[in-house]
Amino acid sequence: MQLNFNDDRPIFLQIAEGIEDGILVGAFPEEGQIPSTTEISMTYKINPATALKGVSRLAEEGILYKRRGLGMFVAKGAVSKVKEKRKAAFLDQYVAGLIQEAKRLGLTLGETMELIERSYHHEQD
Amino acid sequence: MNKIELTGTYKSFGTVQAVKDVSMTLEPGKIYGLLGRNGAGKSTLLNMITGRVFPDAGTITVDGEGVIENDRALGKIYLMGESKYYPDGMRLKEAYHWAAKFYPDFDLENAYYLAKQFGLNTRKKFKELSTGMSTMFRLSVALSTGAPYIFLDEPVLGLDAVHRDMFYRLLVEQFERHPACYVISTHLIEEVTGLLEEVYIIRGGELLLHESTEGLLARGYTATGPVSVIDDFIVGRTCIGSDSLGGLKSAYLLEPVETAQIPEGVEVSKLNLQQLFVQLTKEQGGIV
Repeated sequence: MQLNFNDDRPIFLQIAEGIEDGILVGAFPEEGQIPSTTEISMTYKINPATALKGVSRLAEEGILYKRRGLGMFVAKGAVSKVKEKRKAAFLDQYVAGLIQEAKRLGLTLGETMELIERSYHHEQD
Repeated sequence: MNKIELTGTYKSFGTVQAVKDVSMTLEPGKIYGLLGRNGAGKSTLLNMITGRVFPDAGTITVDGEGVIENDRALGKIYLMGESKYYPDGMRLKEAYHWAAKFYPDFDLENAYYLAKQFGLNTRKKFKELSTGMSTMFRLSVALSTGAPYIFLDEPVLGLDAVHRDMFYRLLVEQFERHPACYVISTHLIEEVTGLLEEVYIIRGGELLLHESTEGLLARGYTATGPVSVIDDFIVGRTCIGSDSLGGLKSAYLLEPVETAQIPEGVEVSKLNLQQLFVQLTKEQGGIV
């Protein structure tokens, strides 16, 4: 995970997304513990309050849960929760930008679709 | 209420108005950035807070008590500055033991731990230290005093990239160990952005801006596009500066921009804290 201070998204959201990425790729498995806010803030040289805000966001969404005296753990069903959440944001985060650039280049919808299809199949090979 | 409070402080030296109507609140459990260009009044401000310089007007209190000639209030504040307090022939370890006698809450073990982290040889004498080593020594003291208010003036002076990185990590660790009020004054703004919960920006002796770092970053944008389009776009918006490259213009804005409001042909991107600082404090810089 790389933090970007020029990014549109605030740092606490980037922290939350970084943890989600870890959950999606299996680095933080369900029912497994995630690093403490101290570890997160030391690693990324950020204010512990920011790290805590990112982690709390995921706890509110039921992706993480707290075990008293132990720390934060990945909830059961977190992987599918993260996927659902990411799908909902997919249009805004990826498709909108793609269409904008396609229009700027004068690509038609058909041409754009063709490129998407080609790239999609290429990725699968 | 635990806090340092400055209310309407003024200070001039001869005809130079170094600090003008500055009010600030600093609380334990937070890391602040005190940002300003050379000569903006940072040092005067720090010297007033630590009782070395008396304000011409206004009040400064620590946990409700005035700082002027008040040892109890001043004892709660530690300023790591560039001054040389230590005799050339003294060894670092001797200085640690002096500090432990001077500051009742000094954590000697922590000072040695920090020296070890930085790779400082505590048997060395002060005259043998490079600028970077001297900075590291002074940091190890500042972070071990146990003071509830710690001011770090140019805390990375002379440190190479690896040691700066190490310092930022150690600062987080020390903040978790001892959640005091840390006030960092530095020119390397980009590197500390993530550490700062709130920033105070001063310019020409005046407080230009005080805001949470997150809030400030959320409203700093660059809009780039053809000159005429950008000139129309910035009408009625808080523009703090601009750059042109032929027919292409970039305007720096200090207000949140909704994606829906962005006209065709305009590219919008975020400004980081250093870019915002430059636009706000340069000559003919933006007015907030």
